[in-house]
Amino acid sequence: MQQIINFILRNKVFLLYLTLLFVSLVFTIQSHSYHKSKFVNSANFISGGIYNSANNIDEYFHLKNQNILLQEENNYLKSILYNSSDSLSKAFNDTTRYGGNYRFIPAVVIKNSYSATDNVLLVNRGKKDSLKEDLGVITSKGILGIIDKTSKNYATVLSILNTNSRISAKLKNTNHFGSLQWNTKSPNVVQLKEIPKIAPLKEGDTILTSGLSAIFPKNIPIGSIQSYELDEAENFYNIEVKLFNDMTNIEHVYVIENRDKEEIDSLLNNRNE
Amino acid sequence: MNSSILGHIARFILLVLLQVLVLNHINFLGHINPYLYVLFILLYPINGNRSVFLLVSFLLGITIDMFSDSGGVHAAACITAAILRPVALKSSFGTSYDYQTVKFKSIDFGSMLVYMSLVVFLHHFILFFLEVFNISSIILILKKAFFSSIFTIILCVGFNIIFRKRN
Repeated sequence: MQQIINFILRNKVFLLYLTLLFVSLVFTIQSHSYHKSKFVNSANFISGGIYNSANNIDEYFHLKNQNILLQEENNYLKSILYNSSDSLSKAFNDTTRYGGNYRFIPAVVIKNSYSATDNVLLVNRGKKDSLKEDLGVITSKGILGIIDKTSKNYATVLSILNTNSRISAKLKNTNHFGSLQWNTKSPNVVQLKEIPKIAPLKEGDTILTSGLSAIFPKNIPIGSIQSYELDEAENFYNIEVKLFNDMTNIEHVYVIENRDKEEIDSLLNNRNE
Repeated sequence: MNSSILGHIARFILLVLLQVLVLNHINFLGHINPYLYVLFILLYPINGNRSVFLLVSFLLGITIDMFSDSGGVHAAACITAAILRPVALKSSFGTSYDYQTVKFKSIDFGSMLVYMSLVVFLHHFILFFLEVFNISSIILILKKAFFSSIFTIILCVGFNIIFRKRN
């Protein structure tokens, strides 16, 4: 007995080593079999908490990339949404047109403006990205404006907060349409004119794009009715529209190209002549 | 004495955090990560109690295992490196090695490099051997251990220089 105790005392470090080695080998073997690592895993208070707080800090460094990714995804989803939903069931005569009429180009507003009377924004896309005059610009929440001038790398956007801007808009529930203008008073409220008296209106009703011009697809949200009144002649409503967009805080936008625009425009012009 | 224990605890925590939050995500050339936390075993005082040293090494390894969901491979590698550290000390410092006299702050660079390389490669070999867990992939194990060791040794030397300059 004495000898055994002596042996243990003399070799206590080595015996401790063997014990610990045995424990770690058990853990190792467990970890190599499916769903067996019960004791040592990272799903616990300490390591989970540390990883979580580290990720909370870490995700800020990826915000930029994440935003771009999300924007690209949105871009893709919007191109599905606004291209006709039954396009897959149709026979395609022209394969180059597969993918629909509307092309979405993501862009970033690099200069915003909302306090002047004729507000013009700048986006970081230009002719290089096949932007041209009269393309619509929207955000994830609503419309923003129409492309005005383009250079190689940049383009200006005629904001809806611009006295020269006229955008065709309609009520959500009916197809009564009018023209969207801005009276320069508030950056979050625009005016919808020429809605006929016969249209049923309620405060809070949603205003959408009409799709009657070739610029914007149909049914892009614009805003909701804040108040309305009849004009002097009592034939049309003047509607105050509260925009869904916060025009003072805009960064990621989408430019919409209608591939049929030239054809539609030339057809309309021929009829007018 | 008390402050040196606190220093060891601080080094332990810092090395673990550095390992699991930063170094485990480097994946240089696809899979090469440095395992800098071995520095704790390398710099543990030579004249300390060996049982305590072994237990602390086990704790270090099992903590890393917990964070990286790897069973007990780091723990096994750590305790093996810890128990064989006197051998590495003896072979790299030769006759000047004595349990009481060698101080890491006052030894020449060459012997330190040999000592570090021995311990680090031993640790990495056990680590990858248990991780791969297949004797027929011995070439793969040696390759992984070799390249990771180079990475770890470079970092260890770097940290050691910084550590020394401060004193």
